Amino acid sequence: MIPATFEYVRPTTVEEAAQILRNAAGDDVKLLAGGQSLLPLLRLRLAYPAALIDIGRIDELRGVRDEPDHVYIAAMTTHDEVVKSAVVQEQCPLVALATAQVADPAVRHRGTFGGSMAHADPAGDLPAVALALDMTFVVLSADGTREIPAAEFFVDYLETALEPGEILLGAKVPKLGPGWGFHYEKFHRTAQAWAIVGVAAAVKRDNGTISEGRIALTNMGTVPVRAFAAERRLPGVPITNGYGELREAVSVAAEGTDPPTDLHGRPDYRRHLAVVLTERAVRQAAV
Amino acid sequence: MSRITVTVDGTKYEEEVEPRLLLVHFLRDRLGRTGTPIGCDTSNCGACTVLMDGRSVKSCSVLAVQADGADILTIEGLAGSGGWHPMQRAFHEEHALQCGYCTPGMIMASIDLVQDNPDPSEEEIRSGLEGNLCRCTGYCNIVRAVRKGAQELGAAQ
Ligand SMILES: Cc1cc2nc3c(=O)[nH]c(=O)nc-3n(C[C@H](O)[C@H](O)[C@H](O)COP(=O)(O)OP(=O)(O)OC[C@H]3O[C@@H](n4cnc5c(N)ncnc54)[C@H](O)[C@@H]3O)c2cc1C
Ligand code: FES
Ligand code: FES
Repeated sequence: MIPATFEYVRPTTVEEAAQILRNAAGDDVKLLAGGQSLLPLLRLRLAYPAALIDIGRIDELRGVRDEPDHVYIAAMTTHDEVVKSAVVQEQCPLVALATAQVADPAVRHRGTFGGSMAHADPAGDLPAVALALDMTFVVLSADGTREIPAAEFFVDYLETALEPGEILLGAKVPKLGPGWGFHYEKFHRTAQAWAIVGVAAAVKRDNGTISEGRIALTNMGTVPVRAFAAERRLPGVPITNGYGELREAVSVAAEGTDPPTDLHGRPDYRRHLAVVLTERAVRQAAV
Repeated sequence: MSRITVTVDGTKYEEEVEPRLLLVHFLRDRLGRTGTPIGCDTSNCGACTVLMDGRSVKSCSVLAVQADGADILTIEGLAGSGGWHPMQRAFHEEHALQCGYCTPGMIMASIDLVQDNPDPSEEEIRSGLEGNLCRCTGYCNIVRAVRKGAQELGAAQ
């Protein structure tokens, strides 16, 4: 279908974009990043913004920076650029592993890191990674910048802590230091990349056992959730090929979740998946 | 209306477009390049895949205004004076199509894939073409064609 009409502006700096957003106060304007979530919505006429602000030509919104204690990923860096970034692969491999599983190559050439976070689809893969790694989001409005921890960023279904006049500039991904291993385990239909359930795992290894673990779940509620109950049981679990202790530890992975019902499954099925996939994710991360 | 300059299959166009015009409609309705089909309304099928500045994109999920300044290559721009592109020839020879609806997108996505990976395994081809759906062939001959196209492209270099 053809989208409804809208105005189109293409600022070249973030300040200009923020000013346009401020001046539009009250009108239904939308930022356009890679368009890989927004354009399908417009085509289905599920959204009717009065104007689109295309932030695709703002140079300062692109790229990955290696800082002393974190990696900074700018919002408009495409999924493809993230996957191929040597800094991301070396310093925060979980981001590369999960992003490589987002959609398909053509969508990854257009879709962006920041767009995925700002869109906050419960089935999106990157929000759970942001949660597992305790990323901090950097945000700009005409009033200045502020930072939002990932744990406070995802508020509800397709809803974030971003205020109407705010632009996501990028995220700081803390460097975890040596000893950590990572994995993103995703279950989806072959012809549809969206996760039925996904699990992001970061595991610290110490002398053949797990000393610390972080687990975040995709599509187990309206927002990504940390599986704190399972995390608490991980320290001391031996890293072996056997199943006993790890299986026991992750059996509570779905505790406190409120998974959706849809064509792909009911909540009980998703809870089952969360446990099975958490075990796989943690095992892979630990070896 | 916005004024855009786009190069399509080697020809430069300067056009006034409505911001809501999708790149695929620009190619088909404005430029008459109907070789690029539209297969879905959900950005899922990949039939509309073209190369934009050398990389595969779903032209139904890009606005024509976003392509301002870009270089677009469609299935119609592939064949040169020497005949078909090796990937087109491989699709023909390996019977990688039945109805042919997915074929332009499959070929463009395959060319993108072998740019990054000149000798892809069957597994890599299947995941590389994940965004392109075929309702007819069952994919086996498509995979075979991409392997053959990749080899011929490699040999040509
Ligand atoms: C066929 C298909 C399959 C997909 N499969 C997956 C999948 O398996 N996993 C997955 O995670 N995703 C998937 N996606 C979504 C894809 O990852 C999108 O790229 C992503 O969701 C949105 O990024 P975008 O840059 O395209 O954002 P857009 O579509 O341009 O924008 C999305 C929303 O975010 C807002 N926004 C964008 N950037 C900013 C910013 N910097 N500041 C504030 N607000 C902003 C926009 O206003 C809009 O509301 C899929 C998409 C398609 C079409
Ligand atoms: S027409 Fe189906 S993805 Fe573009
Ligand atoms: S040949 Fe018919 S859809 Fe692929």
